[in-house]
Amino acid sequence: MFNSEQNHWFVRKVIFWRAAASVAWSVLLLPVTTALFAFLSRFSLFHPIQWISESFSLLYGSYVIFSLVLLCGVVLVVGVFNLEYYTVVPSVPCTKIALLGKVLHPQQSVHSLVHSMMGIMVTWCAATMIGGRYWILAAPCSEEEGVTGQKMCLNEYYLFFLLAGAFMGYSYSLLGVVRNMNYVSFQTIQQCKYLRFKGMLPQVVRYSAVQSLYSVRNYCLFYFFFGKDSDCLLLYTKHSSLHRLDTVSGLLDFRLLYHLWLSGTFLLLTWHITLLLFRIFITEAYSFPVQSSFSEDVSQCLPKVLSEKQPLILKFLALQDLFLLSQQSLSRRMEVFSLSQPGGHPHNWNAICKECLSLLSDLSQRLVEYQEVVASNGRARPLSSHSDQRSTSSETLGMSTLIISSLMSLQILSIDIGLKTPSSSPFSSSSVNRFVGNVDPSSPWYGSVQSPHVMRRGPKLWTASTGRLKFAHVKNFLARRVLIMYLFNKLPEASSQALFADSQAHIWALEGLSNLVAASYKEDRFGVVQTMLPSILSTMLLLQEAVDKHFKLPHASSKPVRSTCCLEDSTFKTLRFALRAALKTAMYRITVTFGEHLHSVQMSAEHRKRLQQFMEYKE
Amino acid sequence: MNSLSLFPPPGPDGNITLFESNNELVCGTSLGSRQKQGWEPPSLLFPRESLKPHSRPESSSKAAFLDHRDTLWMRSARAWRDSGLSGLLDEIANCTEEEVPRWLTVGCSWTLALLRWVSSFHGSLFPHLTLSSEDMVAEFSQVLDWSDCAVRAFAWHPHTDKFAVSLLDDSIRIYNSKSATAPTLKHRLQRNVAALQWKPLCASALAVACHNCLLVWHVDPTSLSTRPSSGCAQVLSHPGHCPVTSIAWSPNGSLLLSASPVDTAMMVWDVAGESCVPLQRVGGGGVTFLSWSPDGSRVLASTPSALFRVWETRTWTCERWPCLKGRCQTGCWSPDGTRLLFSVQGEMVIYALTFTDAPGEPHGWSGSSKAAAIVADLSETSFSTSQGQVRVGGQVQTMAWDPRGERLAVLLKGDPEAPDRPAMIAVFKTRISPIFELLPCGFVKGESGAEPRLLQFHPHFPNGALLTVVKNPSSQHFTAALQPY
Repeated sequence: MFNSEQNHWFVRKVIFWRAAASVAWSVLLLPVTTALFAFLSRFSLFHPIQWISESFSLLYGSYVIFSLVLLCGVVLVVGVFNLEYYTVVPSVPCTKIALLGKVLHPQQSVHSLVHSMMGIMVTWCAATMIGGRYWILAAPCSEEEGVTGQKMCLNEYYLFFLLAGAFMGYSYSLLGVVRNMNYVSFQTIQQCKYLRFKGMLPQVVRYSAVQSLYSVRNYCLFYFFFGKDSDCLLLYTKHSSLHRLDTVSGLLDFRLLYHLWLSGTFLLLTWHITLLLFRIFITEAYSFPVQSSFSEDVSQCLPKVLSEKQPLILKFLALQDLFLLSQQSLSRRMEVFSLSQPGGHPHNWNAICKECLSLLSDLSQRLVEYQEVVASNGRARPLSSHSDQRSTSSETLGMSTLIISSLMSLQILSIDIGLKTPSSSPFSSSSVNRFVGNVDPSSPWYGSVQSPHVMRRGPKLWTASTGRLKFAHVKNFLARRVLIMYLFNKLPEASSQALFADSQAHIWALEGLSNLVAASYKEDRFGVVQTMLPSILSTMLLLQEAVDKHFKLPHASSKPVRSTCCLEDSTFKTLRFALRAALKTAMYRITVTFGEHLHSVQMSAEHRKRLQQFMEYKE
Repeated sequence: MNSLSLFPPPGPDGNITLFESNNELVCGTSLGSRQKQGWEPPSLLFPRESLKPHSRPESSSKAAFLDHRDTLWMRSARAWRDSGLSGLLDEIANCTEEEVPRWLTVGCSWTLALLRWVSSFHGSLFPHLTLSSEDMVAEFSQVLDWSDCAVRAFAWHPHTDKFAVSLLDDSIRIYNSKSATAPTLKHRLQRNVAALQWKPLCASALAVACHNCLLVWHVDPTSLSTRPSSGCAQVLSHPGHCPVTSIAWSPNGSLLLSASPVDTAMMVWDVAGESCVPLQRVGGGGVTFLSWSPDGSRVLASTPSALFRVWETRTWTCERWPCLKGRCQTGCWSPDGTRLLFSVQGEMVIYALTFTDAPGEPHGWSGSSKAAAIVADLSETSFSTSQGQVRVGGQVQTMAWDPRGERLAVLLKGDPEAPDRPAMIAVFKTRISPIFELLPCGFVKGESGAEPRLLQFHPHFPNGALLTVVKNPSSQHFTAALQPY
């Protein structure tokens, strides 16, 4: 997926540079956070002078410089991972099993593994900077013998610290999947990057500190129960007998916990800042030219760029630019309404309008299909005939694949709408979905290389009626098992969220289109917009109807829990409400501007009735 | 420059201003003379007796209802949840010695004392922070004498003949010219309503600035229900952002701004997503009044100190305007968004600011004039009428500019002690192009004893400018309408 995207001019020329700039800024911020960390790690209430002088001498130490170099490397890797894993359309798992699939996905495993290793590196740096008892892996066995120093034992503090780093790195990665941290949402207002960063920084610091606190708690529990096993693993049974950390008293060492929490905050803060900067840089508005006099630049113009399917970030930025130009820029709007010089065709407007309308009608289509599926209680055709066809190895899913494949007829429980959203996310649960909701013989997956289990079962299941009967028994048997039910039960409102996961694009299309139409009332000298007015209105009214119907479904209008933090972006959870509001606003914008003139627009009687509702302010 | 001495004297006592004709405000005594217009301005009466204000002291009565046998943990947790750190410290400091060790109570009371000292220091920098939140709303509200007024906020719908009125008993009523039902909105959190505004380009959404949150009601215009459930309201709240004294929808209906005198950040709400972006600027100590220019390109945000800001809405940067005398009390924009009129507390003048660059074109910094010019002098002037001397003039409470930019109505604060100097509405004729002009038109007079409290122009009246005035006679409140032209 990525390789094809990498060669796109936009990714090469813009996205890479934005990502590079964000990493550069996070590297520049690194000395500041490191210095703060060094200060706070030496904190002592009763010897402030000693504390400050020690911290200063520490800052000039070679260890800190070396740690900084290492941390720069870590930030670089985190930045690369951010760039590789980000998505503008979140994948919303509709069942627990899909979420499990996301977590166990090979790409995610790589992510977790690398982050665990980087966690170890960061905590190693932190341990070195704190010094003292975290200095080195081996320690004299007891303090009295330390002078002679023959017997060396494992310094458990050191091990404890490094393992904590791995644990925090892993939990960062795991929480990233569960909370869709790789999802990049666009701001509602265009602030400049510095102010956005400044505004978000306190929240990020607080979030990191709180997350670190939770991590420390979880890690201590983990270590308390599994600490002994770590010794066995290392075959290193000789501890310094004075302090054992897998006991309650050993763990209740306040200074140790403080250092652990501080290192955790430091780790999460550097990574979160990198993530925050990445998001800020990547979502910055990009201004595409509306038309160009040079033929080689035509592919970079707005009408052309809008119609491209990949990369998604390009499409989103183009739509955002359309939204901004329609609202703010008179001169660029004039370019949109202008006619081509030889020929006199409104190519710009036609291309933009066509693309927006196709986006909107796609959404109506999707909603109508979903309603049909729900109306027939999920028993209807699986929706997956045009699911995304990226090849990801299914074998790695191991056990879960086996379970799922033997459960294919449990589709009722797990029909997965998430498939239908054009997902670019590497975390997408498609490899799971594919087995769950997708046994359509026309689908490209039918008979392709899958686990032998599926190969054998597949045709039998869906052709022979005896097989089906047998399978119904299996289904009934399994449906009674609580765990299976738990895993396959649909999460409420998740399917609704998944359906609207990419609706930011539709919102911009609606806003952009309606603003352009409203502006055309005064600015469109050639009347190019008028020709499209009937189809714009009918598309919007169709969508309005579909959206209204959707909100009558159960769970569709229930509000999600608001997340407390800025970094856990839950914008996608409320996109359907935003879309509904934007749609109404767009309709009203057109009716307010044109008023009575809309009566002379040709449309069906039903649509006219609907439009009349808007003109009387009764929607 | 204009001054009140150029105005024609206010009409005789007992007469009320009916409409404007041939550049003169016509007074009359009976409703019969209104028939000439062929249009009956509606007026509504809210008898004060039927509106019982809620006597809800914020925390004093709470102790009587709470069970004191709770454990210390429970009480501390509740104190923390209700009033944060200071509440927690207060709770622990007031414990008996059996429950907590002595050193802890002493430590807590010391910390509390330190905190109070720091906050009193902060309060001496920004005196408004020492007010209780109800007083604060009264202080910064656009309504004259808010705490005493039966109508606390008023808003016309921007597109249709419909308005919302917030009353003393914290309910909101919606009146629609086309339907007989007048829904009453009540919500548990709807207290001390300071402002109302309908969402533009929408038929149903009404934003309400409340005591400790923002409410956005979705009132279905086709519904016949007279008491929409509180499920129709979205609650938008942000810690530290209360009381909300001013709200402003962007003219294109996408964003909602809210301001609180306590919070230095003003919030930009994405209402559908219930998320907000704080726009923080430290100076000033809070934000009291917001006004979005009709073209959507700029926002006026005044602070409790002698400072106001004008934000431009492309990239949300702001210009600082330090005033000399006092805080900016009110302001209004010309319909094209190029001119801002504002008034400052402590001065009896109207200032004008001009913004020259065409909105929407990237000319860098939003160009504006270097200093505000005084366009009208509202200092006290005596008129001799048949009833004797009447003194008019004073500070501006609120201003409104009609949507076509042809009339400007200014509500002047009177002197509550002096009966011959009542609060008065002065109407100016305005012209924006080719040059800005402000000409006197006249004073609007209500029934004797009635005091104007709030004014607003009807946003889309077809034949001229329709001024709506909320008045407060001693026991009755009504909304009167006036049609200049």
